[in-house]
Amino acid sequence: MAGLAATLGSGAMTNSMEEVLKAKVILVIGSNTTWNHPVFGSLIKQAVKHHGAKLIVCDPRRIDLVKIADVWLQQRNGSDVALLSGLQHIILREGWEAKQYIQERCEGYDEYRQAIEFYTPEKVEELTGVKAADLEAAARLYATSGVAALYYCMGITQHSHGVDNVKACVNLALITGNLGVEGGGVNPLRGQNNVQGACDMGGLPNVFTGYQPVTNAAAVEKFSKYWNAPLSDKVGLTLTQMIPACGEAIRMLYIMGENPMVSDPNLHHVEESLRKLDFLVVQDIFLTETARLADVVLPGVSFAEKLGTISNTERRVQLSNPALTPRGNVRQDYEIIADLATRFGHTFPRTPAGLFQEIRDLTPSYAGITYDRIRDVGIQWPCPTTEHPGTRFLHAGKFARGLALLTPIAYKPPAEEPDGKYDLVLSTGRIYEHFHTGSMTRRSSILDAVVRTGHVEIHPELASKHGISTGDQVAVATRRGRIVTTALVTERVARGSIFVPFHFAEAAANTLTNDALDPVAKIPEFKVCAARLERVSGCGC
Amino acid sequence: MRLTIDGRSVEAVPGQTVLDAARAAGIYIPALCYHPKTGKAGRCRACVVEVEGMRGLKESCALEAKDGMVVHTATPKVMETRRLVVDLLLAEGHHNCISCQANSSCELQDMVYHLGVERPSFLIESEPTPLDLSSPGIVREADKCIHCGRCVEACQNGVVNEVLAFAYRGSHAKVVCDDDVPMGESTCVQCGECVQVCPVGALVLKQPRDVRIRPHETTATKVTCPYCGVGCQIDLHTKDNRYVFAMAHEGQWEKQPNKGMLCIKGRFGLDFVDSPDRLRTPLIRRDGELQEATWDEALDLVAERLKATKEQHGADSIGFFTSAKVTNEENYALGRFARAVIGTNNIDHCARL
Repeated sequence: MAGLAATLGSGAMTNSMEEVLKAKVILVIGSNTTWNHPVFGSLIKQAVKHHGAKLIVCDPRRIDLVKIADVWLQQRNGSDVALLSGLQHIILREGWEAKQYIQERCEGYDEYRQAIEFYTPEKVEELTGVKAADLEAAARLYATSGVAALYYCMGITQHSHGVDNVKACVNLALITGNLGVEGGGVNPLRGQNNVQGACDMGGLPNVFTGYQPVTNAAAVEKFSKYWNAPLSDKVGLTLTQMIPACGEAIRMLYIMGENPMVSDPNLHHVEESLRKLDFLVVQDIFLTETARLADVVLPGVSFAEKLGTISNTERRVQLSNPALTPRGNVRQDYEIIADLATRFGHTFPRTPAGLFQEIRDLTPSYAGITYDRIRDVGIQWPCPTTEHPGTRFLHAGKFARGLALLTPIAYKPPAEEPDGKYDLVLSTGRIYEHFHTGSMTRRSSILDAVVRTGHVEIHPELASKHGISTGDQVAVATRRGRIVTTALVTERVARGSIFVPFHFAEAAANTLTNDALDPVAKIPEFKVCAARLERVSGCGC
Repeated sequence: MRLTIDGRSVEAVPGQTVLDAARAAGIYIPALCYHPKTGKAGRCRACVVEVEGMRGLKESCALEAKDGMVVHTATPKVMETRRLVVDLLLAEGHHNCISCQANSSCELQDMVYHLGVERPSFLIESEPTPLDLSSPGIVREADKCIHCGRCVEACQNGVVNEVLAFAYRGSHAKVVCDDDVPMGESTCVQCGECVQVCPVGALVLKQPRDVRIRPHETTATKVTCPYCGVGCQIDLHTKDNRYVFAMAHEGQWEKQPNKGMLCIKGRFGLDFVDSPDRLRTPLIRRDGELQEATWDEALDLVAERLKATKEQHGADSIGFFTSAKVTNEENYALGRFARAVIGTNNIDHCARL
């Protein structure tokens, strides 16, 4: 999001999902869409099958979308900047760029143009492993087929240079004039049902609701007045900064509906850190791995028991209704917070509608959205007034930032690369049947029956070298940890790489991952680290 | 524009079919192969009507409504044709409403009822085909299949998973998975779209607990899926305050982000709400163990520790993790709490993870 906000002025998916049916060419990078956003994956497949869209897939793994792709670029993990810049090098060399668009709507072109010189197809082949001819074909397809949509996910962002990756995506879309147009855009697919909303609501250390900066005096004054309390204008710490600071700068944590004990990188370190806290409060619906460490556990309610709005990946604010009445001595999550506020002499609204009214009062992009308007169909922000229909795609005519910024980007390798001792590249992610830390899907009987526990994807060549077959127990080790899990021999993963899903606490992928962070976005490098396979007694490997 | 259906003046919009216009006006026309999401198929002939000035019977699912059109949906000729359609389907399949999971949500049953067919005219004795129970979430009963083609169309062209297809010829024709393998051994990804569009009981959902609950017993509530960011709109079916099953919400489906589709997680991943592992009371750590406590004990303790920590180490020694899994209202409330009550901007969530 930081990359999008810096270059365009707004950190959100620029276009709507259904617009994929209007794209002439679709570029998917770092998103295993049919597994992680399966319904949107179906829309991509519809676009290709029924509307003749061309599909370019850039992914180190042979994901399912590769089957229907016109071009598949199998870049090395962590080499996305080189790949994306290589496409731009060819586009500019051939003169396929949108000259007028660049002139009228972008700035920073000259410096950017110079930086792109470095990324010759030969250089890119060396850095990414992608053949120059394939790169040329993809560049031609992307730049000359008509309106182009770009979709990315954690394969782009979860790197020590994730912000650079995003900026490289934006550069590609900008020089071809694909931002601010229907069916185009740069579109991050959000991985959790309300990750967009949590950001919109100021669940970030640097902004209030609607991305109003905490460092902006006018914003501080506005919120301070509305909440009738003095506010700090100092940017706070991110989650990935707070965890290592536990026991030192951070003495107490209040965690609502998160499970860092499975989701965060380098888990041994996470547990150590959380144990150093003076006090840990966890508000959740299950006694998660994190809640087990808490001093107080507060039982909230599940999605099915609450009324409220949730903002999807395309900025659509939708009303979700309570289908069940909470059982037991539990409270609505907003009630718990209001009850705590009362103990400090603050009065918080005690209904979702009351809270939503405050959101509307304070957040221009949500001001026009009411529960009544979204009872049947959600509305996409920005929606400034109750007459406004909402916004399907951003940046039409003018960028939120004014002019869009073309950014020169230098190539950086991943923070940790394979070496003699750890000879493989490990990446982590989700599988189709499970979700995030598994606290919900693993308690769903049918999903649990389909996939009971974790595994490691191993390429057949690597497997035969180690004498491993599907179903064997193998150990995966990195400099940070070791897990024992089941081998899945498959050509989905590249030679020299392995893939471990992170849903399973008993073989937690995140005991292995590197907590190296992007310097701006503070996102961990989940998609590349060095690992090796080890023998487990009783198996032949 | 307006047309006349069974003597009633009915409003229609350009491009609308006679079937849709009639249904919008509350006039019943059966349709077994047509579904709004899969479109016309021209297979079942259940939806035929007579139109003044047009020869023969017309399939209303494929007939565009025109201004001034005069339509009759229940003439003797129409009813005779429909009765034959139903008779043949009843003869061919094994339709036993008494034990069918789709009882009360079956479009064939509705049609038979509307036509007043008491007992079928033909009877063909045939060996029953075994149920396909191989799939974790879906039961297939070939003898109840009426070959309408909705599931094939939905699988091939809607969700584009391309598993279901028609195979074989004549009386051997049937819907198969891949090269006619059991569903559980096929490339099926259990999205359940075929169940969603099946008009009869040939494709039904397995239910998570050992319950036998049919659709007419449940209440549907529209919710947003708790998983990825697509924001699928789901009808959560419940009974006695328990989760039963999930269907994609089909109200204004074209305007919804999921277009009436779901994936395996939205379809089969929601019974965790009734898990016995759910927390049912506040817990406080006493003597190293988490023990049950009252709300006042728990909240007083949290408030006391927040105050003490702030006093001793400053507001910025306290951190908050809000959540991508709760509502906007709740995220807003915790943000306000961190900033206005405690006085820190140390608030974040797992967007990066």
